Amino acid sequence: MLFLPSAAGLLFLLIDGLRRLPAFGHYPGPYGMVLNGVAVTERHATNLVSAVNFDYRAFDTLGEEFILFTATTAVVMLLRNMRGESEPPSARESRKEGASDALRAFALAFVVAMIVLGGYVVVHGAITPGGGFQGGVVLATGAFLLFLAGETLAMKRLAPNTMLEIADAAGAAGFALLGLGGLIFAGVFFENFLDLGKPGSLNSAGMIPLVSISIGLEVAAAFLLIWSEFLDQALLVRGEE
Amino acid sequence: MNDVFQAIAMISMGVVGTAVVLARDPLRQALVLGIYGMTMVLTFFALQAPDVALSAIVITTVGLPPMVLLALRKMRDYRDGSEE
Repeated sequence: MLFLPSAAGLLFLLIDGLRRLPAFGHYPGPYGMVLNGVAVTERHATNLVSAVNFDYRAFDTLGEEFILFTATTAVVMLLRNMRGESEPPSARESRKEGASDALRAFALAFVVAMIVLGGYVVVHGAITPGGGFQGGVVLATGAFLLFLAGETLAMKRLAPNTMLEIADAAGAAGFALLGLGGLIFAGVFFENFLDLGKPGSLNSAGMIPLVSISIGLEVAAAFLLIWSEFLDQALLVRGEE
Repeated sequence: MNDVFQAIAMISMGVVGTAVVLARDPLRQALVLGIYGMTMVLTFFALQAPDVALSAIVITTVGLPPMVLLALRKMRDYRDGSEE
């Protein structure tokens, strides 16, 4: 009984709201226009999305980064080896069955290319579309291709879990420290305190490339850590208790 | 020209999104989800948002499906374990 009037009210509000939406492709907010005008001269960054994410609104990004960090920590904690679970001895030397030669050749050929592309996207965050987050996942994908090629253990050698944990924490801490650097050297949290450089060159836009690199490190490590923890689980056998 | 591209991208996003829901088996869903991700990338690209398109490429086509697959694998282990 309560449902019908509520649904009718919601429908009315929805239709009313949809009717008053700005037309397709029209942006009525003032901030985008202002930023389009000032960001290149103020921050020397030609990619405004990165300028907003890593500088003007870096505090928001800090929160988002710590969401990923917390989620990764939770996954690692929940998936740690439990009592009664042990790795089968065969998993140690197993080259995963099932990957065809074509798939293996294809995946292995792309490993280095993906890692180079990821690094490129990370360091060019302030200049062209991309940045720490996108590049970080591309980097993680590069190592993940090793798993697709059936070389699970090679993936572990390229990125052992301990190193991933350290990289994850270092990326998150590096970002927070850059913010603190702004507080110390410029007086405001996340205020730029580095040389701005020439717009469009690799070493420009002040601290945006550094923020991008630290986020790239954190994201790449976080994704690899989650995948690798789940993979460990897939290799586990549940022993008799 | 761009209008047509945008329309095609958004319609295909709607169609493939429905397909994800209609594929009831989670294993199939994870794969259709990857295709849905590609249509999403096309839509962002058509709407001139390359940054978001890049994120969508790596997350929806590479990042998410393996996580779903690995989680499914883990759940199957638990189910098999409890039935014994």
